[in-house]
Amino acid sequence: MKIHLKIWRQKDRQTKGAFKDYTLEDVSKDMSFLEMLDTLNIKLIKSGERPVEFDHDCREGICGQCGVMINGIAHGPLKHTTTCQLHMRSFEDGDTIYVEPFKAAAFPIVRDLKVNRSSLDHIIASGGYVSVDTGQAPEANSIPVTHEQAEAAFDAAACIGCGACVASCKNSSAALFTSAKISQLAQLPQGDKETSKRVVKMVYQMEEEGFGHCSFTEACQVECPEDISVLNIARMNYEYNKARLLKK
Amino acid sequence: MALTGLFLSFFLIIHLAGNLQLLLPADEAQLQYNSYSRLLGGNIFVKLVAYVLYASIILHTIDAIYLGIKSKRANGASYSRDKRGRASKWYARNMMALGIIIFVFLVIHFKDFWYSYKFGELPLDINGNKDLYTLVVVAFQELWYVILYVIAIVALGYHLLHGVFSAHRTLGLYHPLYSKIIKVLGIIFAVVMTFGYILIPVYIYLTHEL
Ligand code: HEM
Ligand code: SF4
Ligand code: FES
Repeated sequence: MKIHLKIWRQKDRQTKGAFKDYTLEDVSKDMSFLEMLDTLNIKLIKSGERPVEFDHDCREGICGQCGVMINGIAHGPLKHTTTCQLHMRSFEDGDTIYVEPFKAAAFPIVRDLKVNRSSLDHIIASGGYVSVDTGQAPEANSIPVTHEQAEAAFDAAACIGCGACVASCKNSSAALFTSAKISQLAQLPQGDKETSKRVVKMVYQMEEEGFGHCSFTEACQVECPEDISVLNIARMNYEYNKARLLKK
Repeated sequence: MALTGLFLSFFLIIHLAGNLQLLLPADEAQLQYNSYSRLLGGNIFVKLVAYVLYASIILHTIDAIYLGIKSKRANGASYSRDKRGRASKWYARNMMALGIIIFVFLVIHFKDFWYSYKFGELPLDINGNKDLYTLVVVAFQELWYVILYVIAIVALGYHLLHGVFSAHRTLGLYHPLYSKIIKVLGIIFAVVMTFGYILIPVYIYLTHEL
């Protein structure tokens, strides 16, 4: 198939960016979106041009590194799919595809389609862990966790930190990302002990990083590759309000 | 935001119940509505609620401005091609625009009825109460005025359609079943309020010939 591309090119944060047009003549329907970009880059390198920079790592939908706006939607037209798991069969021969980086004040642009998402790491570092020295792996049944509890916690733990929720949000809120971690740990006996301390710290850090507030448009869950539930955000609010009201 | 929004929503119920008296047969409605209005004005408890109401409107608006600025700051550069709208409802994304329509309406509404009643000179009815009823009925003889009300109330209806459910989430209702129930109740509430409030000006316009 023939594909027309309009790709955001921007040398660095200081320079102004703009769309640049490219055309690829024989793109296979079975290529992933990133393979299609690889094809473009090979062409660019051969002609002596600077290749298009984009983030990627696992290319199997688990690392959360890939992530761009494709035709104005985070990770492209398929719902609950990462960019690396999107294939060219989702497009038609002759289509024009717009590719832009995620845009948010907390995601400064690095180059082209690459943005710096360290702000998400800072949120996790502020409290998204269990602060005990685990030592040797303990006997698995010494702390009972029901199957349902484990599954519910795992649903929240499935977040891969891609930032599509932020990019899809009209307020650039990181509430879905942050709440997924809070909710995951709050549902397990090891994590729950520190919930109130954790939620206050993580919400504070989320604000520090310059993310917006959540107004429950629910766009984040629709575009989230892992279909992380917005109810986690409500749970984060519950834990936060509780921690604040019961503060000693 | 959630607390003030929910208080305002709660007030809407009482305000609607009171104003439905306007739909009684004319003579009865006039006397009853005017004495009801006077009763409200004199009651210390109602006065307290009224102060909470004024405070809520102001705080809700200040909070809306603050969140609007925060959101703008967090967004950074805008997308050149933006199709994010597919993932959410238009009224959820436009709470601010709907709120501005409501705010403009509230200014007019307060000036025409609240201010006239509290600080203006109104003729008295046969019981000696200020004749708010006639003021309202005369106002709703103007077609453009009725249209203005309908537009504002529809905006309010959409604001509530998202707002009531969103407020519960903000407060922390995360139980899957109960949040579904609240979503449905929120929709019913928004629809009832919208049609209830639209009924008053439209009914008066259609039935009263001066
Ligand atoms: C004075 C004009 C008004 C403005 C400017 C305004 C603005 C807003 C905005 C921008 C939001 C969204 C907050 C967010 O994004 O988190 C909101 C939420 C809300 N508004 Fe209003 N509004 C106004 C009047 C009203 C009125 C009259 C009511 C009810 C009768 C109301 C009820 C609500 C509710 C229930 C919410 C949801 C709160 C939440 O999600 O936490 N608003 N309003
Ligand atoms: S919540 Fe979903 S969209 Fe947001 S970072 Fe995690 S996986 Fe990505
Ligand atoms: S490259 Fe790892 S999720 Fe896409």
